[in-house]
Amino acid sequence: MEHINWIHNIPFFSIFLAMLCGILTALVKNGRVAYKIHTAMILIVGIMSGILLVNVSAKNEIFTFMMGHFPAPWGNELRAGPLEALMATTFSIVMLLTVSGGSEFIFNDVVPEKQPLYFIMLNALFGAMLALVYTNDIFTAYVFIEINTIASCALIMAKGTPQSMVGTTHYLVISLLGSGLFLLGVCILYSITGHLLFPQMKEAILEIIKTEQYRMPLLVVTGFMFIGIAIKSALFPFHSMLPGAYHSAVPTSSGILSGLVLKSYIILGIKLIYCVFSEQVMDTLKITDVLFAFGLAGMVMGSVYAMKERKMKRMLAYSSVAQIGYIYMGIGMGTRVGMTAACFHILAHAITKSLLFLCCGKFVEESGGKEKIYHMRGAALRNPVAGIGYSVGALSMIGIPLLAGFISKIYFATASVFSSGKMAAVLIVLGVSMVLNALYFLPSVIAIWTPEKEAEIRPRPSISPAFAVSIVGFIILNFILGICYRPITHIIQMSIELLVQ
Amino acid sequence: MNHLGTNFYEAVSVILFGIGFMNLLLQNNLIKKFIGLNIMDTAVYLFLAAQGYIFGRVAPILTDGVIDASYYVNPIPAGLVLTGIVVSVSVTAFSLALVQRLYKHYGSLNMDEIMQLSREEEGE
Repeated sequence: MEHINWIHNIPFFSIFLAMLCGILTALVKNGRVAYKIHTAMILIVGIMSGILLVNVSAKNEIFTFMMGHFPAPWGNELRAGPLEALMATTFSIVMLLTVSGGSEFIFNDVVPEKQPLYFIMLNALFGAMLALVYTNDIFTAYVFIEINTIASCALIMAKGTPQSMVGTTHYLVISLLGSGLFLLGVCILYSITGHLLFPQMKEAILEIIKTEQYRMPLLVVTGFMFIGIAIKSALFPFHSMLPGAYHSAVPTSSGILSGLVLKSYIILGIKLIYCVFSEQVMDTLKITDVLFAFGLAGMVMGSVYAMKERKMKRMLAYSSVAQIGYIYMGIGMGTRVGMTAACFHILAHAITKSLLFLCCGKFVEESGGKEKIYHMRGAALRNPVAGIGYSVGALSMIGIPLLAGFISKIYFATASVFSSGKMAAVLIVLGVSMVLNALYFLPSVIAIWTPEKEAEIRPRPSISPAFAVSIVGFIILNFILGICYRPITHIIQMSIELLVQ
Repeated sequence: MNHLGTNFYEAVSVILFGIGFMNLLLQNNLIKKFIGLNIMDTAVYLFLAAQGYIFGRVAPILTDGVIDASYYVNPIPAGLVLTGIVVSVSVTAFSLALVQRLYKHYGSLNMDEIMQLSREEEGE
């Protein structure tokens, strides 16, 4: 038997471990135990992904892992390179910080006998996200998209309030429309290419473009798949599911859904662009231009809706719509520089939005369940940790230097220079969107730091150590991405070059 | 028109998909909405099954010793249909459970009405 490369087993093992922990948690009756299993699993996966990241980026390699014993054109494969490893590492870190920081919300809001079920769903969700990041097979991607959908819906409705059920129904219906379109796209694509694995599909598609046969079906299929992914990742005209769902869910769920779940679909989209359709085909079919236009629209409209909103969580949900717009704008530029900016923004938004949702959850809890921004007056003075966390997150989203959000905006602006004909649009919309961001985030930051007029003497809430540690962790991550961003963008650039090959 | 004749099953399945899709999107009654989901998914399975079957060929099980590939059909589309059915069954079960809970609380299956009631409840 040949020498086994342990590093190459990490992607499969991460997914397997997440799913296995889901099964183990089903046997547990106590929420606290389930929580411990879950955090231990994420910690292990995080460390393994870190090792994988260091190894693949040092060797500059991308490898495929054969699942089962059937070789390439028939079997199922996973594929990992620096981009996948980077995303898996970030997902693990953000998930760990969000779940540990938001554990109180879970234990307070979810009925005790349902708490283990909540963690089963978290495990399934994490496994599905990892699978979407690593998979090299399009039907596997579809199956995990559905697992992701069901798990996220279960996380939204975990609170059990009527509002959360309405929010879940809305989220479920829109998500199912998205996955239905994706499924039809996959089936037609399979019938014209004859393959399910990414590299073989890519060859067949290049052949189709060369011979001009089946060009129209190819255009339709690409449209179906990318509209499906856009619906799932809440790109602007399809965003209506987010506010209701995030508003009614446990803050921990909102943080994970907004920070990570939406991103996992986008990463699948990026892999499809490079490994299945190839840049050239995306360009000839004009799909990138469509994504670009919707991205720009989302950046402005998301912020406009957020400005109109009086409830903090709904405002954050609309802000996510705007940020998803940024990412699609980067993808839509159709250049590798634009894609680097988009990937960096995925990371920046993941660490910032989860932080904002956690802090917002804390404010709501302390103001006795009132959610409007003017009810939050003085919230930061009562709970300085959450206050500082929220302020850092808001400033990062606006794009203040030294924070992660600033770097991604700089990269978007620089990338616009390289895409002909799109520069003016990018710069103008970027400027407008940043001003709008400031217009809705700053009032909320000012509100939380303004003392209440009739200061009722409320007992100072105790700040749990886990919450404080996770907020400080997120703040440090924000500064790291904002100051030492070079190595990360270097890894992203390198991995995009590797994906294209 | 010729193409429509040869691709009869595929054309029908895409039309069915459209019907299901619009039902899921626009139907107000929640039960009918999820029936729409099932029509949509079934349309895709019809598409796959039609693609996977070639007249005169048999399932790839070696019984009478023929190892010529042109004697058999590709088994993967059938496998995909099975996987898809599993997925759609679980999604349907989940949605129906959700609908049942909504009905217990609001006493209605109409999405607009439920949204209205939920907004009123929230406004209190």
